[in-house]
Amino acid sequence: MNTHHVFEFNGATFWALAEGALWWPSQKLLCVSDLHLGKSDRIARRSGRMLPPYETEATLDRLGNLVSRLAPSTIICLGDSFDDLDAALGLSEEHKARITTLQAGRTWIWVEGNHDPGPIDIGGDHKAEVMVEGLTFRHIAAPYANAEVSGHYHPKCRLQTGSSRPAFLINDSRIVLPAFGTYTGGLRASDSALKTLMGPNATAILTGKKALAVPMAATT
Amino acid sequence: MTPLPPEFSDWFANRGWSIHPHQKEMLDRAQDPSLLLIAPTGGGKTLSGFLPSLIELADGAHEGLHTLYVSPLKALASDIKRNLRTPVEEMDLPIRIEDRTGDTSYTQKRRQRADPPHILLTTPESLALLTSYEDAPKIFKGLQRVIVDEIHALEESKRGDQLMLALGRLQTLAPNLRRVGLSATVEDPKAIAHSLACHPEPCDILYADPGPDPDIQMLTTEEHPPWAGGGAAYAIPAVLEEVKKHKTTLIFHNTRAQAELFFHNLWLANTDDLPIGIHHGALDRSQREKVEAAMVSGDLRAIVCTGSLDLGIDWGDVDLVIQIGAPKNVKRLVQRIGRANHRYNAPSKALMVPANRFEVVECLAALDAVKEHDLDGDPKGPGPRDVLCQHILIAACVGPFSADALYQEVTSVGAYSALTRAEFDDCLEFCATGGYALRAYDKWKRLLEKDGHWQLRDPRAARNIRMNIGTIQDTDTLKVKFKNAYKPIGEIEEGFAATLTPGDTFLIGGQIVRYDGMRELTVQVTRDAAKKPKIATFMGTKFATSTQLQHRILRKLQTGNWSNYPQHTTDWLTLQTRHSQLPEADRILVESFAHDARPHTVFYGFAGRNAMQTLGLLLTQRMEEQGLGPLGFVATDYATMIWSVSPVTDPAPLFEPQGLRDGLDTWLSGNAVMKKTFRASATIAGLIERNSPQARKTGRQATFSSDILYDTLHKYDPNHLMMQITREEAMRGLVDFGRIEEMLDRTQGRVDHIALSRVSPLAAPLLLEVGRVAVHGEGREQLMEKEAAALMEASGLNQIDTSPSKPRWRVGF
Repeated sequence: MNTHHVFEFNGATFWALAEGALWWPSQKLLCVSDLHLGKSDRIARRSGRMLPPYETEATLDRLGNLVSRLAPSTIICLGDSFDDLDAALGLSEEHKARITTLQAGRTWIWVEGNHDPGPIDIGGDHKAEVMVEGLTFRHIAAPYANAEVSGHYHPKCRLQTGSSRPAFLINDSRIVLPAFGTYTGGLRASDSALKTLMGPNATAILTGKKALAVPMAATT
Repeated sequence: MTPLPPEFSDWFANRGWSIHPHQKEMLDRAQDPSLLLIAPTGGGKTLSGFLPSLIELADGAHEGLHTLYVSPLKALASDIKRNLRTPVEEMDLPIRIEDRTGDTSYTQKRRQRADPPHILLTTPESLALLTSYEDAPKIFKGLQRVIVDEIHALEESKRGDQLMLALGRLQTLAPNLRRVGLSATVEDPKAIAHSLACHPEPCDILYADPGPDPDIQMLTTEEHPPWAGGGAAYAIPAVLEEVKKHKTTLIFHNTRAQAELFFHNLWLANTDDLPIGIHHGALDRSQREKVEAAMVSGDLRAIVCTGSLDLGIDWGDVDLVIQIGAPKNVKRLVQRIGRANHRYNAPSKALMVPANRFEVVECLAALDAVKEHDLDGDPKGPGPRDVLCQHILIAACVGPFSADALYQEVTSVGAYSALTRAEFDDCLEFCATGGYALRAYDKWKRLLEKDGHWQLRDPRAARNIRMNIGTIQDTDTLKVKFKNAYKPIGEIEEGFAATLTPGDTFLIGGQIVRYDGMRELTVQVTRDAAKKPKIATFMGTKFATSTQLQHRILRKLQTGNWSNYPQHTTDWLTLQTRHSQLPEADRILVESFAHDARPHTVFYGFAGRNAMQTLGLLLTQRMEEQGLGPLGFVATDYATMIWSVSPVTDPAPLFEPQGLRDGLDTWLSGNAVMKKTFRASATIAGLIERNSPQARKTGRQATFSSDILYDTLHKYDPNHLMMQITREEAMRGLVDFGRIEEMLDRTQGRVDHIALSRVSPLAAPLLLEVGRVAVHGEGREQLMEKEAAALMEASGLNQIDTSPSKPRWRVGF
């Protein structure tokens, strides 16, 4: 089943999973970004709009599927894991229990994001950023970073023949992850912010049924 | 009998007018709780609505608001204001008349709330907003009459439902309120009367003299209509001749794109420099107003237009209406013909111009229907619940309300008279807590119940609710501007804009422009000197041909019935019989052929555009299951064409009714039509907010597609109220499954499959149809993989080895 795209980065082999997560086989490390758990709660609290309150459930379901398939020894949540700190506090007991179950028997790291800039009263390590085998995992890409994995931008792009999909963006020095959360929009890869960040020779890997690698410049 | 007061009879006499019988009758029955008038254009319909108000207000005794006039168009409200001033000023009546629409200034609006005029002219949306204010009871307490103009047009959409709910509210505030509806000729006046009445009170119907039958014909041209296409360019010389022969001609089109193309071609052929204008909904308002003004003052000889001129009062001296392209719907055709009825009791003159040979048949069928006064229309379903949800939120904006009282009030509205208490409570629950099976919002409820009354938890929410009032779906459009110009020329749909690449040329406002790029959500263009635009079209409203007209067409197609057809049509139908066969009402014809090296299959179902679109979705799903790799389809009113990786060899099983119904249940729930319907209903019901340009500009990452909400509800709460509403709406709207059932019913599994070596005469137009829908299945997935591989190959990126270029070190964590 060829649902992921295999690529070399910084001397190691990675899989860009069609589900929108990054898998590092040799480290048995799974990285997901921008889960935005508790988003519907935050929207209700702030605007009074009551969106279907199932996105935390849906996101944990999808994460749970990956965990049981790959049995990772390390999971990094690359920031904006919670839509805000109150959303983390407001998580239901059931969802907290599910996260605890997912954490059992493995290292779990919460990297801070701009939406969740502080420690959360849920198990796991909390870090501003983290390094693994020379690779820096942080939420927002740093301007001149090398060997970096980040999230934040929710990149998405489309081909002529298909609809817009969340995508990984990869060049020699960095990997930008798509958002894994259910209620997340995206920023077009053709946006100038991402073009400047990634340069002209980047590759985009579209998620969906299968992971599809294309030159980022050829997408819209 | 109400005698006409002397000052009024003098005024009529001075103008050399005599009061029309229906105007007199409306006056006599001015005390009826509800009254519906059916009258043709030019019959003094509006005055007959206002006459009782003017008389009641003549003594100057009434204080505050007396009469509310509601019309579907802002322009109509301001026009009426002008026209009413004449009698008021000439008789020196102490009556203040003002309008209130989206264009009215903020200060004016505030003043109107504090000191309402005697007669207020408004639209359903502005009225709904007005009823949401805390001071609504004060504004409306003395209201005596409400006049709903062009009620037949409002009746066709949710705007009508919203208006009638607002009238229910007004009736509570002003129990003596009397209602008057003014309508053009319709197929079922009783249905409109039912909507207008304050249930269960009656609403009688008055009929004005419909006038003489119209003089309507098909335009005969030297040149034959083409095999395909919608431009009707062949008829340009003949149309110009007709324009020369008449004072003012309205040239109606079914879509904006067709109007643009026709106008462009007309202009190129207009060697006499006749003043001709264009008018459609995508043009900028100031452009439209310019054309309207020129028309009223008689400066234009012809106006190329769309449904944007279906409504409105006397547009100058129109003495000819030309309908380009198939009329699709007999009722609308008759109403359009009525536009050429400036003089009451003179026959309207109209010409029909088929754009291609197939439309010749449809025009002939429509001619018969007009002659036989056989109007079409589908019965309206019960009042939509998304509109009810909005109404409940509007009620909450005013202040605390009792659920019992609101339920009583809502069921006094015709369309909601059969609403059960349980259905009402579901809507209330949705407004209060979201109505989810998972009760997540007990803390953040929108509405709270306190001492038996419901109210907003956070009164500041009223502002947001007010900003989202209305039921009109603005498609996401982008303004089109010349570089450095301040004013836009018009707008195009976002989806169309997304397909443009710099250098593409397209038509807008009658001129060819070149796409340069996007800037802050406006489409930047420059004038282009090209003769022909590269991109032929952008989307506009597309109507489905009515069931009744389809049946007439199928009868017309049958051999032996062609005696009075133009020779070219007979030749074409004969050619189709020779190559393949003609579709019949009680069989489904299926043709297969290869085109551009891809298998194509055409299904002639004659069920109208929406149903044929649904059929396309269902058939491609079944083809996907059979591994035929469907890639896309296109639907017209009479056929659906599907192209695929492998050919269809046995189409009959595809039409097995249970299979289609199951397909609808399981698969349709995941498709784009449902998501589109969901978005519309969820916006009306207040679940999601209107996609304002500002929000689109700033919040691209923060906002996410409503499709995701639909998918999530579908998976985790499939019986949620919004899902029920979406399904109901889709079934009677875009999905139109009723007409697929009708097709299955009349054909009973009789499928004729004909394999051809090339496209048939009847199928050829489909190859040129726009609005192709891509199928995102296995076939498409293969194509995307190929495209991705080719792009990688071409860029050389797949050669690059991303080997380690940085020092490696190890850090524990």
